[in-house]
Amino acid sequence: MFSYTIRRLGSLIPVLLGMALIVFMMIRAIPGNPAQTILGQQATATAVAALTKDLGLDKPWHIQFWSYLKGLFSGDLGVSLRTRQPISQEVWPYLAATMELALVAMIVAVFIGVNAGIISAWFQNSWFDYIAMIVALIGVSMPIFWLGLMEQYVVALQFDLLPTSGRDNIRDPVQAITNLYLIDTLIAGRFDQFFEVIKHLILPGFALATIPMAIIARMTRSSMLEVMRSDYIRTARAKGVKMFWVVYSHSLKNALIPVVTVIGLQTGLLLGGAILTETIFGWPGIGTYIYDAISYRDYPVIQSGILVVAFLFVMINLFVDLLYAAIDPRIKYK
Amino acid sequence: MKKTGWLFLSMFLLLSVILAGCGDDSKTSTGTKDGDSKDTSDKGAVMIYGRGGDSTDLDPAITTEGEAFIVTQQIYETLVGYEKDSTEIKGELAKDWEISEDALTYTFNLNEGIKFHDGTDFNAEAVVKNFQRWAQSKDEAKFAYYASMFGGFEGDEGHVIKEVKATDDKTVVFTLNRPQAPFLKNIAMSPFAIASPTAFEKDGDNFTKNPVGTGPFKFVSWKANDMIELTKNEDYWQEGLPKLAGVKFKVIKENATRLNALIKGEIDLMDGLNPSDMAKVKGDSKLQLFERPSMNVGYFGFNTEMEPFNKKEVRQAISHLINKEELIKNFYEGTAEPAKNPMPPSVSGYNDSIEDYEYDEEKAKALLKEAGYEKGFKMDLWAMPVARPYMPDGQKVAEAIQANLKKVNIEANIVTFEWATYLEKVQAGEAPTFMLGWTGDNGDADNFLYTLLDKDTIGSNNYSRYVNEDVHKLLLEAQSTADEDKRNELYQEAQVIIHEDAPWVPLVHSKPQLAGIAGIKDFVPHPTGSQSFIDVSIDN
Repeated sequence: MFSYTIRRLGSLIPVLLGMALIVFMMIRAIPGNPAQTILGQQATATAVAALTKDLGLDKPWHIQFWSYLKGLFSGDLGVSLRTRQPISQEVWPYLAATMELALVAMIVAVFIGVNAGIISAWFQNSWFDYIAMIVALIGVSMPIFWLGLMEQYVVALQFDLLPTSGRDNIRDPVQAITNLYLIDTLIAGRFDQFFEVIKHLILPGFALATIPMAIIARMTRSSMLEVMRSDYIRTARAKGVKMFWVVYSHSLKNALIPVVTVIGLQTGLLLGGAILTETIFGWPGIGTYIYDAISYRDYPVIQSGILVVAFLFVMINLFVDLLYAAIDPRIKYK
Repeated sequence: MKKTGWLFLSMFLLLSVILAGCGDDSKTSTGTKDGDSKDTSDKGAVMIYGRGGDSTDLDPAITTEGEAFIVTQQIYETLVGYEKDSTEIKGELAKDWEISEDALTYTFNLNEGIKFHDGTDFNAEAVVKNFQRWAQSKDEAKFAYYASMFGGFEGDEGHVIKEVKATDDKTVVFTLNRPQAPFLKNIAMSPFAIASPTAFEKDGDNFTKNPVGTGPFKFVSWKANDMIELTKNEDYWQEGLPKLAGVKFKVIKENATRLNALIKGEIDLMDGLNPSDMAKVKGDSKLQLFERPSMNVGYFGFNTEMEPFNKKEVRQAISHLINKEELIKNFYEGTAEPAKNPMPPSVSGYNDSIEDYEYDEEKAKALLKEAGYEKGFKMDLWAMPVARPYMPDGQKVAEAIQANLKKVNIEANIVTFEWATYLEKVQAGEAPTFMLGWTGDNGDADNFLYTLLDKDTIGSNNYSRYVNEDVHKLLLEAQSTADEDKRNELYQEAQVIIHEDAPWVPLVHSKPQLAGIAGIKDFVPHPTGSQSFIDVSIDN
């Protein structure tokens, strides 16, 4: 197990290097000069040339890549072209915002998705099954943009239950310490703010959870159906085990492997793919950070931002792989 | 079946408990918060301004970005400023000033008793140090606006400012190398605000994150892409101002969400209102609508070096084929006025006596025949790829123009590129016809006519590559004329020639819409796009 983990971590290096190279090449293939974008339409040609030189963008690309790599190995993610701030400092608040949102979304998605899948499988072809699967189908194909605005309109404006957008109450903002506001408010002992932060998480959390929830529900259902047809389940039922335990204990354990895989992949996707939700709910997350960087041609931010997300993605999936062994003792890593 | 029902019910119950718990909490917690922030007794209220993007810098001297100036306008002040609703000049840090006969010496008498937010004195020496910081930097990448408004840096051939001298504590004298007619309007621009020399000398590159000026509000904190917080400057030099206890600038990217936040009362004022939401705001008694006077022009330009657009008749013919009223009705939801000149009416020197090319297919056909194109031709029409206030939907406007051109057998093929590439290619003269626009910097006619249509600016902003010696002479003469009336005449004359030559079809001057809660008093959107909240207040 230990040596497996080390080997997996070792294989991270070529993956991330390849990733860095691909991103590096791709963003330079997009037309547009960062200096021009930063200075705007009004800028004179000499100003653009001066800035291009300042930013080091006049050097050949392999030299640029090499100096970027050298920085990476000494833990330096580079400096944003636009804000001139070190990315390693800049990225954390965005990442924290997204992680908090993704965590809530995944809790919602897993809790509802897994249960809906189980019940659908348990009562296959019942009204619940049909409704749940239709809802899941709608969920997979839901335009998040529309859903987000509808949530705001109905829940926030019509019923006045929750705030429309943002991470905290603008009139009483959270003092950032770790930038994970759920933790920051507790450290500060501000329970009123803690609940305020939870309230702000619900609408974007649900919007972000829609697609993974639907995918998890469908995966759980099909995986459960397969397991429940197996012999040992029939045996369990024959010896009179209560149906609830047959489903939630005997079947679920074996059905969980593919579900956990999907959960891992979806969590990774949420980290980078929350741009729409972040935009609609005014959430200052990493998706928005990278997206803005693309429109400003802020090369280092795009590179390092994607690298950070890719790193997390790989780590989550490693964690999921290790989880297999915990769920199913038959799986052993050597 | 029983068990399903039970499970389903319990899940539903759990969820509703969570939701209800939060709902209850809102009543108790927002109650107290409203209390301390919307308190208007004597402290004034904290106003929350919602906008679509964050500032990049809070040092106005090193940026060209509108989102930055919206904030720095509160923290800093300039020697002279703009009037509340126009680009006329009034005193700000300077009480009054004298201009010498030859328009080469400007003497400013400064207001007294002004302190920077860091406690140091504002005086003539501080003004000198600010101008030295820009002029001696010779760093065009950093102080781009200085270089473009004052012809480069110290020692450069075109540099306008020869010397800035403090003759005593309260008097600053500017000596110019050559007269610059829009000089006062230039130094009134947000980037040339006076910052605390102690602060920028100490902080260096970090100064942009810790701005220190003399303005009505002081900087408190900045959460990137989220919120900038300012608080009232208790020692502000003008009696009784500012009226607000503070201002917060909140980033909410999506226009529709920002409006939802305004309706919910989470923010007090917002820019970037979708024109389609205007009716909603008008119909809500708790909200009010604000309209920013136009300082821009959206246009359809011709490359005057390319066939067949090198022929004046062709350009005039196309001018007759564009129905501006229709465009405004369909794509601007009425929030624009038709343009007949390359500059908006809010800028002095505007020639209102010019008769626009009316929409007329017959006239267009006659002109095309005169030019030898009665059978029409094929052309590329470059559509703007991004939304700008003066061009909310380039693609659709292009399609409307395309349909009209078809009536005289001109077949337009719509082309588009990513924005930075689009600009680069248009600048390089690769586009035969294109859509673009311009937002004024300092509210001066020179900033439209010379910047966009003089032969000197080909390769930068004269995208039409338009050359007319008479226009060139008029514009240069205007640049060195100090007398306002005389200058205005010169600009009006230039507009007559430009109208006849038709290097562009000026399309519209758009008027950006803002919305705020009904209690906001004395907020007047400024044509430049940023305004001070110095005397704004909120009534409950």
